[in-house]
Amino acid sequence: MKHATKNVSFAAGLVAAALLLVALPQWASSYGVIFTTNILMYVIVTLSWVIFSGPTGYISLATSAFFGIGVYTAAVLSEDLPLPLMILIGGCISFCLAFLVGAITLRLRGMYFTMFTFALVQLINNFVHWYEVNITGTLGRVVASLESDTIYYTILVIFCLVVLVSYLIRRSRFGLALRSIGESEEAAAHAGVNVTLVKVAAFAIGAFFMGAVGAVMTMRWTYIDPPTAFDIRLSFMPLLMAIFGGMGQLYSPIIGSAIFAVLEEVLTTKFPYYYMLLFGGAMLLVILFMPHGIEGVIRKLGTARKRERVPGKT
Amino acid sequence: MRILDVAGLRKYFGGLAATSDVAFHVDQGEIVGLIGPNGAGKTTLFNLISGAIKPDAGTIRFKETNIAGMKPYRICRAGIARTFQSVQLFSNMSVFHNVLVGSLFGATKQKAARFDMVGPSDLLELVGLAGMGDLRAMDLRLANQKRLEIARALATRPDLLLLDEVMAGLNPTEVAEAMHLVRRISGRGITIVMIEHVMKAIMSICSRVIVLHYGQKLAEGKPEEIARDKTVIEVYLGE
Repeated sequence: MKHATKNVSFAAGLVAAALLLVALPQWASSYGVIFTTNILMYVIVTLSWVIFSGPTGYISLATSAFFGIGVYTAAVLSEDLPLPLMILIGGCISFCLAFLVGAITLRLRGMYFTMFTFALVQLINNFVHWYEVNITGTLGRVVASLESDTIYYTILVIFCLVVLVSYLIRRSRFGLALRSIGESEEAAAHAGVNVTLVKVAAFAIGAFFMGAVGAVMTMRWTYIDPPTAFDIRLSFMPLLMAIFGGMGQLYSPIIGSAIFAVLEEVLTTKFPYYYMLLFGGAMLLVILFMPHGIEGVIRKLGTARKRERVPGKT
Repeated sequence: MRILDVAGLRKYFGGLAATSDVAFHVDQGEIVGLIGPNGAGKTTLFNLISGAIKPDAGTIRFKETNIAGMKPYRICRAGIARTFQSVQLFSNMSVFHNVLVGSLFGATKQKAARFDMVGPSDLLELVGLAGMGDLRAMDLRLANQKRLEIARALATRPDLLLLDEVMAGLNPTEVAEAMHLVRRISGRGITIVMIEHVMKAIMSICSRVIVLHYGQKLAEGKPEEIARDKTVIEVYLGE
């Protein structure tokens, strides 16, 4: 009985949140819409990152490479193609690149993989820079921008898709294979898991969403150049946000990245000069006192409440 | 019928010959013991057969196919399962899920058809872990962790099972239980090669024993012949 009521209230909460999000442009200011778009962007990027790095424990810093590819694809195609097609193409190019890169590099373990992905961002950034200067003869592009409501709804759709995909992966045998790889790659291989294929596929699925969200965000920026598109900070964001939220449950990276994004926004506007200092301090405190992130805190509260309840019953 | 036929197998780590020109065979249904001093190349041999490392030379025929150099997941799906000397479980996953990985990914449809369908729960019962499916693998004691590794290996429905020191670190009662388990697995028609330092176990359950020394095959024969062999006594068994 109690379990059922809990489920019902959970579902009601979800529906209410969904309605609030769908109706957002009606009740919020245009700043509110842009702000929420920004938060959702971080949530999508973090969830995409967690698809591969969460269960396997491989720390990828390639996020901004895949995001930037989406940005550039959209910038190049924005004159000619409708938005959904552009998003799809941006996502697919990122997917293919991740598949290729993954096939070559996912035999690297630990730190070496991380270093490679870091280098990949620089490589692609500089390649695009070189290409623009030497081949097309321009640097930076002006993008036809879209209304912020359109961007918001597109981002909302991508958010729903990435949540759905993450949920399905968690429940599937593919998700089980990913987790087993994170626990012991050697044992997984000897139990019949095609570890290379599973890793590469998960890496590429994550990259698809990073590219897709990049393609949409281009429309908000109106002008882009390689340093903006391939901003290395975006590679560290999902990592920090996922640590902050935790990675064990589907909701934890969502909550983690949402709070993190709000915190960042508030700190940058309220304390523009001390923002990085405060942010760094907050991060240190989180790592020291919340080893499993917000998820760990929630779990602790849950067990504490259960413990209180048991003696009351008897 | 020969299920495994190894010939001219060689593996160097730098200048060190971990395995040099090893040749042996295993017949269908046998329990073969693999013994030898530390560093003799026993685990290297398992790693070569299961595909963890690639040989520099030689062939490993498993049911007529040369599997030397194949990827581990392919070798597993072909019908060779293994356990690890230092237990390699999916520690934060449940006991049940550990076995499930084996049956979902290691057991191909053809293999599943050839054996009786046994689900993860049946396998847990077989190895003596009934009712522990929901526990985290890391919370089991060593003897049970080793049993879980065996259950996971069996879930892939192997024809050949490679057991790497499953009895090391167990107390006498647990050793006796492990011996009983190995016999029961063998009774299901699964061929077994086991690395073991517990001589009592080797002597009483193996039909044949192979002795490795410095990467080479030193002797081979029935357990009682090996126990009397002068060279084997000199390099390994002692007095």
